[in-house]
Amino acid sequence: MNEEFVKRALVIGGGIAGIQAALDIADAGYEVILVERSPSIGGHMVQYAEVFPTLDCPQCIMTPRMVEIAQHQNVRLMTYAEVQKVTGSAGNFRVEIIQKARKVDMKKCTGCGTCWQKCPEKVVSEFNAGVAKRTAVYIPFPQAVPAKPVIDTEHCRYTHYQEYMAGKKEGKKPPECRICEKLCPVDAIDWDQKDEIIYEKVGAIVVATGFDLMPMANIPEYAADPDILNGIQFERLLSPGGPTAGVVTRPSDGKIPKEVVFVSCCGSRDPEHGVPYCSRVCCMYLAKQALLYKHAVPDGQAYIFYIDTRSTGKGYEEFIQRVVGEGVLYLRGKVSKIFRDGEKLRVYGADTLSGKRVEIAADMVVLGMAVMPSEGTKELLKKLGVSAGETGFVLESHTKFRPLETSVEGIFVAGMAQGPKDIPDSVAQGSASAARVLTLFAQGSRSQKESVRV
Amino acid sequence: MDLAYYPGCTLKTRAKNFESSAIAVMSALGVNLVELPRWNCCGTVYSLAEDDLIHHVAAVRNLIRVKEQGKNKVVTLCAFCYNTLKRANLVMKDSPDKRFAINNFMNEEPDYAGEVETVHLLQVLRDDVGWERIARNVKHPLKDLKIAGYYGCTLLRPQSAAIDSVERPRVLQDLIKTLGASAVEFPFATECCGAYQVVDNRDIVAERTAAILSSARKNGAEVIAVSCPLCEYNLRQTQRQHTVPMPVLYFTQLMVIAFGLDAIVGGFDENSLETRAWLKGKGLIP
Repeated sequence: MNEEFVKRALVIGGGIAGIQAALDIADAGYEVILVERSPSIGGHMVQYAEVFPTLDCPQCIMTPRMVEIAQHQNVRLMTYAEVQKVTGSAGNFRVEIIQKARKVDMKKCTGCGTCWQKCPEKVVSEFNAGVAKRTAVYIPFPQAVPAKPVIDTEHCRYTHYQEYMAGKKEGKKPPECRICEKLCPVDAIDWDQKDEIIYEKVGAIVVATGFDLMPMANIPEYAADPDILNGIQFERLLSPGGPTAGVVTRPSDGKIPKEVVFVSCCGSRDPEHGVPYCSRVCCMYLAKQALLYKHAVPDGQAYIFYIDTRSTGKGYEEFIQRVVGEGVLYLRGKVSKIFRDGEKLRVYGADTLSGKRVEIAADMVVLGMAVMPSEGTKELLKKLGVSAGETGFVLESHTKFRPLETSVEGIFVAGMAQGPKDIPDSVAQGSASAARVLTLFAQGSRSQKESVRV
Repeated sequence: MDLAYYPGCTLKTRAKNFESSAIAVMSALGVNLVELPRWNCCGTVYSLAEDDLIHHVAAVRNLIRVKEQGKNKVVTLCAFCYNTLKRANLVMKDSPDKRFAINNFMNEEPDYAGEVETVHLLQVLRDDVGWERIARNVKHPLKDLKIAGYYGCTLLRPQSAAIDSVERPRVLQDLIKTLGASAVEFPFATECCGAYQVVDNRDIVAERTAAILSSARKNGAEVIAVSCPLCEYNLRQTQRQHTVPMPVLYFTQLMVIAFGLDAIVGGFDENSLETRAWLKGKGLIP
């Protein structure tokens, strides 16, 4: 008996790879459910200042794609949602998706912004990677899609008040607050909203869950210090839309840093501290950040410590040469220690080309931390029954000929979830995984499919 | 509780105060440090040459002495002895070829396969005695003292021999806090003091110790607590060349004071004049 395939796809992860996959499948005429666990799609790419090697603005090139997702008739966008359970097989997966309570009625909300402008509770902003605050009711960034807020109940004062009144919380009585509710012009705040489980049937799944940076604490010889930042934090300081409007200042005292040290391979290529693999993007983004820093602070000095510069993409080596030509100082060697010394950060390193020890009194340090599978990848893959490799990235069926197929038929992978890669490669994989989904749909049913299986 | 104790040469010569203070505080905590009979030099420095097995023989003989006592654990006070014994034991445990060669060479000794665990006294305090029990023995909390715990290298490197996190160890700070003092964090706590360079290149050591002490002072320390006789020697002997003197004490001497034990067991006469003057000024010793 032929089992008809459900010609609807699920894409997990709303970063650039997931967006590309979803749009391609949708443009081909099939329904797509795009599930993103944070309140907005966009992923890491929208956090960046300018992207190498062309230095274009990621918000400018990406927001049209995000809006297209929101408006596409074939795309059902579910943000603030997570895949909870998956059963079935290729062509016929049954999926349970948990839609977390936003506490905001999406139908009523107009996204006017009154609530998040007036919310008194300040919380560390995930989008700004900790270098800025947001409010408890929030959209992660101004171009968020959807541009409607969620209430972060972990930090919301009224939620704390309710928990206190119900006897679930000790200590001082929190204020009742409810300012957002009082000020909302369309009564969209809905405290009664609960998490909701949604059941769907899909024929194929694309895993595009992306990456997170390794915690800086993994390298204990580098001090924990407000002026030691990871790559994404520094992107936010460089970004014109960031908390400092693109003015590079030290988080500790707001001064403009005149000596900035960039350290490559922090945790990458370093099994002692982290992971054995190369993170592939750090050489390029550190070079770009050093260049953007030089543009922002022309009399500043940027140093890049590197093992060797891996600039293997199109136009990448030319870009590195441009950065070197603009006065960024490359030092081939590793950094052994970074510590606070009064106003300065002391950086001990080696320049293995001159064979000398190097000591730099820096104002700021940027660590090119290793990229790792995003938090929760392991748990999600377990739910999907998909195998991961030793380093936690999704294991492809065949590294050469089945690079998008996972260990489960009908589940494909795209972007950083499969391994470290840059934006062009992530987009290419997004499109390629969409093509694999469409091939499956074209086969239509199980028996036909099996007859054409490679 | 009885613990097999390996003193090593320095504890019997230049660091008698480390030994007398350690034995006294451990006894107050109910732990007898039972000195091994027939111990010999630990070998002093662990040889890094792959085929230099003869250097491990001294250490292995000591471990065999421990095994002869029916013990599987030995405690050291000297950080260098700790490092040498610990690493020689790793060779005996993990490298069958080297184990065979060393056992073969020492044909007068029974065969040994790495059965004895070497621990440093700080590990015993942390893992066997525990901070709570130590706190109960504190009669005169070292209130208002700002103490920098200095590790040096041999307790922490290499990772396979480390008694704590290699880069951000806690054990000395935890002990200092248990004694009622405040523990100063400073970035040079795990830097090398220059070690044996002091024999023929004193300037290197002086440069190192100046950096260590000025970093400790910059971060608010008034006294530095050490766990290694060579660090103690280097910090004491070379600091005058560069810096204003800073008192240097073994962590066990601080425990003597905090426990209210007889100052004689502290052996403070063997510390520098400045250290003694500082202790007297603070009313910590008579």
